[in-house]
Amino acid sequence: MNPYERRIASMRYSLASLLANAVTGNCNWQPVWREPEPKPAYDVVIVGGGGHGLATAHYLAKEHGITNVAVLEKSYLGSGNVGRNTTIVRSNYLLPGNLPFYEWSMKLWEGLEQDLNYNAMVSQRGVLNVFHSDPQRDAYARRGNAMRLHGVDAELLDRDGVRKLVPFVDFDNARFPVRGGLFQARGGTVRHDAVAWGYARAADRRGVDIIQNCEVTGIRIENGRVLGVETAKGFVGANKVALSVAGSSSRVGALAGLRLPIESHSVQAFVTESIKPLIDVVMTFGAGHFYVSQSDKGGLVFGGDIEGYNSYAQRGNMPVIEDVAEGGMALMPVIGRLRIVRSWGGLLDMTMDGSPIIDKTPVEGLYFNGGWCYGGFKATPAAGWCFAHLLARDEPHPYAAAYRLDRFAHGAVIDEKGMGAQPNLH
Amino acid sequence: MTSQSNRLRDGGLIDRAKTVRFSFDGETLTGYQGDTLASALLANGKKLVGRSFKYHRPRGILTAGSEEPNALVELRTGARREPNTRATTIELYDGLEAASQNRWPSLKFDVMAVNQLFAPIFGAGFYYKTFMWPASFWEKVYEPAIRRAAGLGRAASAPDPDHYDKAHAFCDVLVIGSGPAGLATALEAARAGARVILAEEDFRLGGRLLAERYEIDGKPALDWVRAAEEELASLDCRILRRTTVFGVYDGGTYAAIERVNDHVKLPPAHEPRQRLWKIVARQAVVAAGAIERPIVFGDNDRPGIMLAGAVRTYVNRYGVTPGRRAVVFTDNDDAFQTAVDLADHGVEVVAMVDARAMPSVKAKEIAAKAKAPYFANSVVQRVRGRQAVKSVDIAAPNGEVHRIDCDLLAMSGGWNPTLHLTTHLNGKPVWNADLSALVPGALPPGMSVAGASAGQFGLAACLASGRLAGTEAAKACGFKPKRHKAPKAADESTEASPVWQVETSRGKAFVDFQNDVTISDIKLAAREGFRVPEHLKRYTTLGMATDQGKTGNLNGAAVLANVTGRYVGAVGTTTFRPPFTPVAISALAGHHRGPDFRPARLAPSHKWAEEQGAVFVETGPWLRALYYPRAGESPQDSVNREVANVRTQVGVCDVSTLGKIEVQGTDAGVFLDRVYANTFSTLPVGKARYGLMLREDGFVMDDGTTARLAEDRYFMTTTTANAVKVMQHLEFCQQVLWPELDVQLVSVTEQWAQYAVAGPRARDVLQRLVDPGHDISNEAFPYLACGEINVCGGVPARLYRLSFSGELAYEIGVPARYGDALIRAIMMEGAAFGIQPYGTEALGVLRIEKGHPAGGELNGQTTAHDLGFGKLLSAKKDFIGRFMAARPVLADANREKFVGLRPLDREARIRAGAHLVPKDAEATAKNDQGYVTSIAYSPSLGHWLALGMLARGPERHGEVVRAVDPLRGEEVLAEVVPPCFVDPEGERLRV
Amino acid sequence: MRIKCPYCGERALEEFTYRGDATVKRPRSLESDAAEAWTDYVYFRHNPAGLHREHWYHGAGCHAWLTVTRDTRTHEIVAVEFADKREGT
Repeated sequence: MNPYERRIASMRYSLASLLANAVTGNCNWQPVWREPEPKPAYDVVIVGGGGHGLATAHYLAKEHGITNVAVLEKSYLGSGNVGRNTTIVRSNYLLPGNLPFYEWSMKLWEGLEQDLNYNAMVSQRGVLNVFHSDPQRDAYARRGNAMRLHGVDAELLDRDGVRKLVPFVDFDNARFPVRGGLFQARGGTVRHDAVAWGYARAADRRGVDIIQNCEVTGIRIENGRVLGVETAKGFVGANKVALSVAGSSSRVGALAGLRLPIESHSVQAFVTESIKPLIDVVMTFGAGHFYVSQSDKGGLVFGGDIEGYNSYAQRGNMPVIEDVAEGGMALMPVIGRLRIVRSWGGLLDMTMDGSPIIDKTPVEGLYFNGGWCYGGFKATPAAGWCFAHLLARDEPHPYAAAYRLDRFAHGAVIDEKGMGAQPNLH
Repeated sequence: MTSQSNRLRDGGLIDRAKTVRFSFDGETLTGYQGDTLASALLANGKKLVGRSFKYHRPRGILTAGSEEPNALVELRTGARREPNTRATTIELYDGLEAASQNRWPSLKFDVMAVNQLFAPIFGAGFYYKTFMWPASFWEKVYEPAIRRAAGLGRAASAPDPDHYDKAHAFCDVLVIGSGPAGLATALEAARAGARVILAEEDFRLGGRLLAERYEIDGKPALDWVRAAEEELASLDCRILRRTTVFGVYDGGTYAAIERVNDHVKLPPAHEPRQRLWKIVARQAVVAAGAIERPIVFGDNDRPGIMLAGAVRTYVNRYGVTPGRRAVVFTDNDDAFQTAVDLADHGVEVVAMVDARAMPSVKAKEIAAKAKAPYFANSVVQRVRGRQAVKSVDIAAPNGEVHRIDCDLLAMSGGWNPTLHLTTHLNGKPVWNADLSALVPGALPPGMSVAGASAGQFGLAACLASGRLAGTEAAKACGFKPKRHKAPKAADESTEASPVWQVETSRGKAFVDFQNDVTISDIKLAAREGFRVPEHLKRYTTLGMATDQGKTGNLNGAAVLANVTGRYVGAVGTTTFRPPFTPVAISALAGHHRGPDFRPARLAPSHKWAEEQGAVFVETGPWLRALYYPRAGESPQDSVNREVANVRTQVGVCDVSTLGKIEVQGTDAGVFLDRVYANTFSTLPVGKARYGLMLREDGFVMDDGTTARLAEDRYFMTTTTANAVKVMQHLEFCQQVLWPELDVQLVSVTEQWAQYAVAGPRARDVLQRLVDPGHDISNEAFPYLACGEINVCGGVPARLYRLSFSGELAYEIGVPARYGDALIRAIMMEGAAFGIQPYGTEALGVLRIEKGHPAGGELNGQTTAHDLGFGKLLSAKKDFIGRFMAARPVLADANREKFVGLRPLDREARIRAGAHLVPKDAEATAKNDQGYVTSIAYSPSLGHWLALGMLARGPERHGEVVRAVDPLRGEEVLAEVVPPCFVDPEGERLRV
Repeated sequence: MRIKCPYCGERALEEFTYRGDATVKRPRSLESDAAEAWTDYVYFRHNPAGLHREHWYHGAGCHAWLTVTRDTRTHEIVAVEFADKREGT
């Protein structure tokens, strides 16, 4: 073992290390990541210390051997959407532009903890989309069959099949009785913060500098080529600059003169007081906007539609809150007396077709990852993987080949819902 | 134990004449009207009330308010069970049933308490470091075990049987909190003439005045409260008791929950349990008081350890003493008042422990008054007793340790302003070094703060700041307040020099009680790099419990500051977010449950269809007749019969749900040319035409028919699903894109009842309905004709010769109020010709037989070329979507295009949602060439048929493909055919 | 959020439907060299963090399309006018 490997080995998490540290009063645990000052220049500067930026750094280092990398985060690590989402992972997509990408993400989730030596509590408890009508069933069948043709697991359940999973659902709802569901057993939840921390720890151990409280205030470009970024801690040079700031993509992109097919929107999420286990799967309502799972701590974590107007405020208003509660009561009225203990907001990059962008930009050396709409968290590993590939090899990864910026001009949009160029409808 | 052994002989705002019986963990106990469950439990000497989240530590009652982290119970039973209910906020009512939670087998003996022994392993974030091997064990072994151990109470066992109300209110000044500051605010604002709403979370006005023995104007403060209440009742002030303002939203919108009937066993008939208020206030004054801080020391969570202010509340307001031998441990003079209040009721105060380095003159005076030994510059170093405090060790500065027996420890680390509502719109609190507390920072528009919420802790200061806030709020609303006499009061001591934590104490020192976050956890987190409050919270769960860190967050910041060598203000705390206290999901949903989840739209023939025994289906908000069963028929039989009857005789179907829009004006034709892909300005008066509408991105948005009733008058129909969307789109085009056009739009979907009368005998039926003088012969009224006529003796009607079924058919519209009469008339007149009603299922079969694209094909992903409508794209004019539709990708011949599919095996059934692959190719993504959009059993052809989208479909007619449906394990070979299966020449509709 | 409709007065968010950026202009040209202008109109947005002129539809009220000037960071509304300015005059 070389010194680097020894250091890594000494910091390995295991039951043995947990016991050994318990005996010594837990005084010997090391910081999960270093807190370095930025160097004058890096091969790659990643803007955004969220899940995607940190995953990109990890895969750049691990898969491509590029370790002279800095991740710049304007606030604390993981302060954006990676710590604000509802923790759901799934690959139950419809279109060929999306399916291979999200399935690769699912596969990376499945091996994440061993890869990172960090327990992010990947819980493959299953994702169930209930349906209430024949047209809805047909649309889910089309989707489920597309999944199966791509080698992704999917099951079409009838009422009895749904009942086995979620007996407390209001099957005979007076308006929208449950007729069945599309189930992806491999979908589930992941402890969101731990994803950021696990990637940060892994990237840090391979030498990536993670620099918090370091807002990027400018992108220096000369003759159409990026030279580096101006930051709260001074200029940092870079051969390549990778933007990974979903929610604020337009704001940061504007620093390089980019105009994007993106609007920023707020979405709220909610958690109830902790209760004993009630819901074992992730479930979505088909006749309104409501989806729910139960955290390991016991709170029901749920959400609904986006607020629907451009916003950078990271919060929402009452109409969506009421709409979500109504959806919850229509689907599972046993939760009526449970109480919401906290609501919060995240910022979404809503694109014009509801699908993301991983691509080069017109500025040489400037790369873009964003436009994740609702799909950002579940995409974290694959987005990091494919963005790292693009940065390392200057060509799109095959799984992200459809996520090009020029698709809007050509018309090869990836519109899962068929809503057209209206971001708040995706 | 005798009944109410800890009830004081006198005092308290309880009605001793009204005994209330209740039960806790099955034991029947009594209290008085005016008690909370917490005060009644304490009165009965019950100290052990719950168990903590992680270590299952025995817990008692820490507070007397909504900030309570420990005393959580399951209230009520069965469908009304409410887990995690704070005993400190439950008003006692006769027959109340409560049970402790998160313990097994009993509250006193909880097996899971063994977790405490493993605390060194179960430190902050331990789960991130283990449970990784083998990977599959997480879901199967580790997670289920963790989930079972976690959680607190249990959800109800059945749907919530109560109902919930919603109300809107508008006011000039909303006052949140009715303590001295809130009452003073409300009085000044209301006296100035402002419309005031005063919201108080408690069932009694007065706030802190209920718990203290203050005087105002030389009389007991409660006299002043009573007078204020009376005066407010005489002014324009609505007082909402039991009402918590829980969230602040944009535009001066405040959300509040009124607990209308939580203080009784069952809501009376026709009354809601709770009411959600949405209050729009021009000005709002937050006068929500303050929350006391615990001190962090070893075993500070033992039952019998309580916040000092809470002890005073129980003594003064409820006439209950939480113990008989009390120790007061604090870092401020105000809390020592507790000793006097206890001593005055005959409770022995055995020690006053002052954690401050400098002895306090004031404290010494109080000690003398309470006859309590005073320990200056001392701390409680150790607590003995597991399920109740038995004694404490007090460490003096000279190193001496005094062990003192006691059964009550009142503690106080100072107070935090209740400023949560000031942060809901992203406001950040600021550190006030004088108060050693966070105080409100920048406030949202229209909001101000008063009293303790603003850091004005003294009574006189509260009254003064309330008066000022009320006056200013009234002025901001345009009122001219007069000066009124100020109430006189003294300020109690508000000096603060917090000690936060006892470094030298033994045992687990809790910061977040409910979530069992201790000093060691925070130290470990800091050691591992989690040094900002957000990281600390997320790593240790500090502040994530049901109380959201109301008592623990700032202490956590203080411990973190201590570990990392900063000061508390520099560390700060995490963001407070709505709701202020937890809100029931039922209350947010209100009446929108069950059948009232969404408004139901009923077609004009609904009542008649019900009489016929129709089976209905939800299509969006509409309830439509799906089919009309007859005795002995299966659903499929009914649909087959209805379809066959249309093809051979005549049927009638309610199509009123289609979107209907009047388009009028001299530029109506030009306007339609711009919104439709095809041309309408050339349509002759008295004719209708199929229209295709694109989105601006070039994909198909909607279709329908539009009839020209006059030069400047068109009548448009849209699909049922897109009616609202199309109207909105057209109004955008009219108002924003082309305001210069003379065109007006009105949605008349609700105004016209419209029926399709279809089948070879359709004209025969209509002839009997149409008033004399209207010639509807094929010559006079050919296919696609339209006109305004009268029916049934003078009823105005519109007749369109349109056919969705491919048969001779009409759509007839009458004003909606005649809809019911018309369906009855059609059925009566049609009887002679074998008329039968048909529902949307038969409608669907008829259109699939004819190959008209509908919902499954108009899915927002298809282009005009895909659907075979490329010819409709006019090249002579601009229209919405024209430019983008011409992009090569949208017109690519390789795209999936609209086809018909006929199973080779005539018995086989193709499934909608199946995918299409070449006949001999593997069913993989690589070979995926399309999908099935719609299917139907065709009674006309005697087999199943399907429509779908297939790559290069129209070039492949005659080819056999496989419809694969791995979800259902089916595969069907199908011939690709043109989408129209019946009468492809369209002869039958022109006869 | 509450929007002061110039026709109906101040009404709650529930009554309105959002469309988006009101500053984009529909190109008039149908020539092939207008492709960039069309792509820009249909798909690309400034999406500012700050004042944003945007279209709202008072669907549950007077059916007017409004141009609202609003700060996307605070949701504070600075101005509301008819999108068809001729109606406001």
